Amino acid sequence: MTSIYEPWDAARGAEIIAQHTPLEGATLVILHALQEAFGYVPEPAIPMIASALNLSRAEVHGVFTFYHDFRREPAGRHVLKLCRAEACQAAGGDALAARAEAKLGIALGNTTADERVTLEPIYCLGLCATAPSAMLDGRVVGRLNEARIDALVAEAQR
Amino acid sequence: MTLRIFVSRDAGAVAVGADEVALVLGLAAHKRGTEIEIIRTGSRGLYWLEPMIEVATPQGRVAFGPVTEFDASSVLDAMISGGAHPLRLGVADEIPWLKRQTRLTFARCGVVDPRSVADYRAHDGYKGLERALTLGPDAILADVTTSGLRGRGGAGFPTGIKWKTVAQTRAERKYIVCNADEGDSGTFADRMIMEGDPFVVIEGMTIAAIAVGATKGYIYIRSEYPHAVEAMNAAISAAKRAGYLGARIGGSGHSFDLEVRVGAGAYVCGEETSLLESLEGRRGIVRAKPPLPAHKGLFGKPTVINNVLSFAAIPFILAGGAKAYADFGMGRSRGTMPIQLAGNIKYGGLFEAAFGITLGELVDDVGGGTLTGRPVRAVQVGGPLGAYFPRALFDTPFDYEAFAARDGLIGHGGIVVFDDSVDMSKQARFAMEFCAIESCGKCTPCRIGSTRGVETIDKIRAGDRVPENIAVIEDLCNTMKFGSLCALGGFTPYPVMSALKHFREDFGAAPPRLQAAE
Repeated sequence: MTSIYEPWDAARGAEIIAQHTPLEGATLVILHALQEAFGYVPEPAIPMIASALNLSRAEVHGVFTFYHDFRREPAGRHVLKLCRAEACQAAGGDALAARAEAKLGIALGNTTADERVTLEPIYCLGLCATAPSAMLDGRVVGRLNEARIDALVAEAQR
Repeated sequence: MTLRIFVSRDAGAVAVGADEVALVLGLAAHKRGTEIEIIRTGSRGLYWLEPMIEVATPQGRVAFGPVTEFDASSVLDAMISGGAHPLRLGVADEIPWLKRQTRLTFARCGVVDPRSVADYRAHDGYKGLERALTLGPDAILADVTTSGLRGRGGAGFPTGIKWKTVAQTRAERKYIVCNADEGDSGTFADRMIMEGDPFVVIEGMTIAAIAVGATKGYIYIRSEYPHAVEAMNAAISAAKRAGYLGARIGGSGHSFDLEVRVGAGAYVCGEETSLLESLEGRRGIVRAKPPLPAHKGLFGKPTVINNVLSFAAIPFILAGGAKAYADFGMGRSRGTMPIQLAGNIKYGGLFEAAFGITLGELVDDVGGGTLTGRPVRAVQVGGPLGAYFPRALFDTPFDYEAFAARDGLIGHGGIVVFDDSVDMSKQARFAMEFCAIESCGKCTPCRIGSTRGVETIDKIRAGDRVPENIAVIEDLCNTMKFGSLCALGGFTPYPVMSALKHFREDFGAAPPRLQAAE
């Protein structure tokens, strides 16, 4: 299976940056757009953003590293995010997270060796009345139980 | 005749199979040769019944739920025949859980098509704006003040005063910012209203713009809410096409443009000054106040920054409802609060009620206790920075001041229920851990204190010099509470101290002496 993301290309990166440069406070918008295209924010893009927005490299790097969402390197083919916040904890989320970790053989925050699955914590999807909840590649899933988490993990491994 | 069927597109309903149900309904109707129209609405907020689907009948909309994809075709048969079905709930508006609410802000949520300006207008939408345009700024501000509305994000600051400050500040450019960075666990009202009735948020922001003389607005939505981002963007486009955004709104001399910006997974950006920094394209580092955002906010310009629910309350108030709104509530908490029941709860969802309802009524009566059927031991009110309340405090009325008097806060109105299997020292540790993960790093009590807090609670949990370490935690919480720049470091002590105070036995210490019921 090929990646849904484009490989990094400086000209394409410059094009994306230029698209959003006129916006007020464009840095986050640009970082999101780059990550959407390439699956992560490639290192060479940082000085390009800085030069487009008349900022220092350090400033852009600071923004990039401040936010949990932005990736330095590509994630696994599938990203499974498990909600670890209080409402999901109250509904048994801790045990399900441990179960997913055991099934995948990795701790939260890591990618499997075959690069198929990245398992991440997320702090609240706003699905607190149908907890515990998760998100697989942007698809939300609620009322998780052992069977449903197993199915999600299996789907992610495919 | 075409059967009109309503299926929620709310993320909470989609997460439990609403899309699949809609798909099966379509296929089943095709097979039967029945003409149906599926309207994707928001959620009514009765999440334990989601996916809840409704059919238009002469008696009103009849609901069925919770419907799985396997039930969908038999439900369709019951809809066609009008016959009985085990999942039939009766007329939706008559469901007791819904009927006992006071839905002012959420009146349309789950009812209308969130993509349709026409449907919004057909359900009293834009009446507030139309009246606001005839009133002018001063009278709008007077109405907002009369309503007694206080900021629904958690701080409870009077909205009328905030708006008036911005209105009185001279500048060539002013901004309206909607804080939709709803990061508190146990809260989902912002998400629901953005997905289910986005025009009410747009209308509220537009009224604010007219009141203070702003021409540009931003809605900052957290990235964890892709469905809300999509719904708001679609609604903004629709409002522009209908002449409700852009130049000369509704044929008036006012112009107002609105844009969605997406956060990037930083909880602290729910704090207003951090949110403004983030909108400006910087690290979400908290700003010291003063200057207030009302004087120097986004890009240094006077800015109204309010929570989604504050803006969403405005159209009702401006449509002639200021006095009616103020007539609900108790003390200085006027109007209604969309309360969110979550966690280990039997009947979880959105319950909009006048201030004054007690915590016990909400948890036991409305919420039906825990889903696991075990006794309720603790509830956390107001998100990760809110206090844990034991059953002994269930007589606390839902009111800003009443919760503050008991060392808690109502915050954004989320209530997370825990059963008796909860380990409160673990929850206290999580509060510190969460603060450590999410701290912006600007002030020391929050940045360092949270990490020291985790370490110290770990020692307590390991039985290491428990009384001494509890004293350290209490001291640390005091420092964080009074020494932090914003609510993240300043309020993290609430869950920690409340857990210690009310559930001391979970910290390896002797339980507190029985306190007389207050």
